[in-house]
Amino acid sequence: MDYFRAIYKADERSPRALRLTRRAIHLNPGNYTVWHFRRLVLEALNTDLDEELDFIQRIANSNSKNYQLWHHRRWVIERLGSNARAKELHLIKSILSLDVKNYHAWSHRQWVLQALGGWEDELDYCQQLLEQDIFNNSAWNQRYFVVTRSPFLGGLIAVRASEVRYSVEAIVANPNNECPWRYLRGLYKDDIESLVNDREISSVCLKPSQEFRDAVVALWTSDTHPLDADLATAICDILEHVDSLRASYWIWRKNKLPIAA
Amino acid sequence: MESLTSPTVTQRDQLLVEQQVFSLFKTFYNMPPSSQSFMLELQRENHVEYLTNGLKQLGPSFCVLDANRPWICYWILHSIALMDEFVDPELEDNTIDFLSRCEDPNGGYGGGPGQASKFGILSLLTSNMPHLATTYAAVNSLVTLGGDKALSSVNRMHDGGEIDVRACYTAISVASLLNILDDKLVQNVGNYILRCFKVGSHSSFSSTTVLSEHVGKESVSCGLKIFKNAKRDQNLVGHFVSVTGSIAHILNCQTYEGGISGEPGSEAHGGYTFCGLATMILINEVDRLDLSSLIDWVVFRQGVEGGFQGRTNKLVDGCYSFWQGGIFALIKRLNSTKGERSIPLGDGEDSDPESPRTTASSDATEEGLNKDLSQDDSHSQKDHHDTSSRVNVADIGHNSSKGHAKVNPLFNSLALQQYILLCSQDLNGGLRDKPGKSRDHYHTCYCLSGLSVCQRSWLEDEDAPPLPHAVLGPYSNLLEPIHPLYNVVLDRYQEAHEFYTSS
Repeated sequence: MDYFRAIYKADERSPRALRLTRRAIHLNPGNYTVWHFRRLVLEALNTDLDEELDFIQRIANSNSKNYQLWHHRRWVIERLGSNARAKELHLIKSILSLDVKNYHAWSHRQWVLQALGGWEDELDYCQQLLEQDIFNNSAWNQRYFVVTRSPFLGGLIAVRASEVRYSVEAIVANPNNECPWRYLRGLYKDDIESLVNDREISSVCLKPSQEFRDAVVALWTSDTHPLDADLATAICDILEHVDSLRASYWIWRKNKLPIAA
Repeated sequence: MESLTSPTVTQRDQLLVEQQVFSLFKTFYNMPPSSQSFMLELQRENHVEYLTNGLKQLGPSFCVLDANRPWICYWILHSIALMDEFVDPELEDNTIDFLSRCEDPNGGYGGGPGQASKFGILSLLTSNMPHLATTYAAVNSLVTLGGDKALSSVNRMHDGGEIDVRACYTAISVASLLNILDDKLVQNVGNYILRCFKVGSHSSFSSTTVLSEHVGKESVSCGLKIFKNAKRDQNLVGHFVSVTGSIAHILNCQTYEGGISGEPGSEAHGGYTFCGLATMILINEVDRLDLSSLIDWVVFRQGVEGGFQGRTNKLVDGCYSFWQGGIFALIKRLNSTKGERSIPLGDGEDSDPESPRTTASSDATEEGLNKDLSQDDSHSQKDHHDTSSRVNVADIGHNSSKGHAKVNPLFNSLALQQYILLCSQDLNGGLRDKPGKSRDHYHTCYCLSGLSVCQRSWLEDEDAPPLPHAVLGPYSNLLEPIHPLYNVVLDRYQEAHEFYTSS
């Protein structure tokens, strides 16, 4: 480390300095000063950046959550350009295969897609991850990212119907899975009206029918007072008891309801 | 109704944690009352010993976190302050000296002595030296130590004209604490970050979204995004920005789920949500967030274990007691300051407390859920307070004294306290992520910060003493109140606030 400090102080941008940063990074991959200096040296020496990627990879194997590493990686990829795309997306896949919710890896993947492209297979990839684990919210989030931003899918409106179908199926299969519920609402972000009017949705979870009302009423177990006539209020009352962990929240929600006509 | 196929990885991992936590709760409920009260007791002496030892060892032995020693300082000092303990004068002096040596001559703090010193402004454009996150940690450490020596050792960076403070929560938080937050700074921060962006200093840190004021004649609308990581083992905070005239784009970090992500498109996350919300409050732009969807997201992050998860369908982790729990403290302040009538407020009297139990033992279910946490007091909501349109930044957290005015927390405070005390506490000192994990300073800091938030979650004013039933376990568990925007102990905040206002 002392050698590094000396060479850093002298601002020596030489192959020797590069080797020293390598040693220093092995000792402590969290030292951002070393990483920064390494970039200066790499630039000065015009080094082969493919080799640099291999170096990063070796460090990454034991430090997949290191910030500096991911930052450095973006710096290298940016300079390599679209030639690096396929390899990079593949590599992120292999990291995700070990840790499928790694936040850095997902952020990096989104960055690569936006900077270099490679959207074509991304929906299939999400599909595959969700088949493995429908409870994986990172995969749901990536799916949302793809359907809203992929230049190949035509935007959210174009895919909405099929995405609604997909999430409704997931809800029916696992009603206690929060991911597809949130995803479904996300498909109608800022447009609750349309969500309510989407028949695909209302036929499954929002039936404004007598049958639905009866099902709600059946959940009410208190004999002390009757269930409120207003359905939304009634549901909050029920949730306050059924979901007691969030009792205060349901009371709060109930108080926020518009006054029933 | 569960699907009949074999459990997925997410389900399996969750089940394992639930089994572990519930068996711990079961053991607890089967204990005699005397053992129960021991289990619920905050082991102050052991925690202080663990922390003090940590501070003494902040020598060269720390390797991986070498670049983050100011962070460890902050975690330890803040934890000690929460328990209303002090470090001995010599250790305090050493710590101030250590932090001074981390300070860059141009302002800001690096990770360790000498790390910050070389490139000045130039390097700030391409890297994070002195690291914004580290500056936040160092300033919070010194504020927590308090006293003239500590407070005056900060070279307030605004003086030089050029901006050294970059972006969002850490920047804005530091600036606000040091009383140098003004329109000019906000603008400078914005412009600075704009340049970072153009240089391509795309940081891979986590971020949150923020929007600066329309400042100056040019009405520069710029988005500041900060990054704050909620994980223990890294460089906690970085910064990064995207700039556009479009508010919609800036607010893209609030995801379809309602929480806030590190970068537009990423997954909603507790650490970023806290930082994003806090920053928006600090720069008076909180109204631009969709608060009801944010609240809807965060209430569902509290799980059957009583603790919080950081993201949907992830495992509970004690550190989110603060990152998620602190969000409720911020929201509580917003509502009470803005006089919004949406949160049912108490009637301002001590009487008629909600019905949380004094101990968790009586009638909780095996899962440790607190069935009877609160009763309907919807009758009591009313417009309190003036309905001033904007939150007064500097005053949030110490505005007015409403005595025992009571609010209902939107999360389950007792369930969270139970998780912290029974599952996160290492009885030998220190706190942790979850049972089976080891203690560390990061988790100690954020579990205790979360505990402090819980204990005052029924109070409108953090400064007032909470009622006994609000504190799970013996009343001696009561911690010092924090200022939720900065996460420093409230009276240390006030001391610093006065110091920097008058100097």
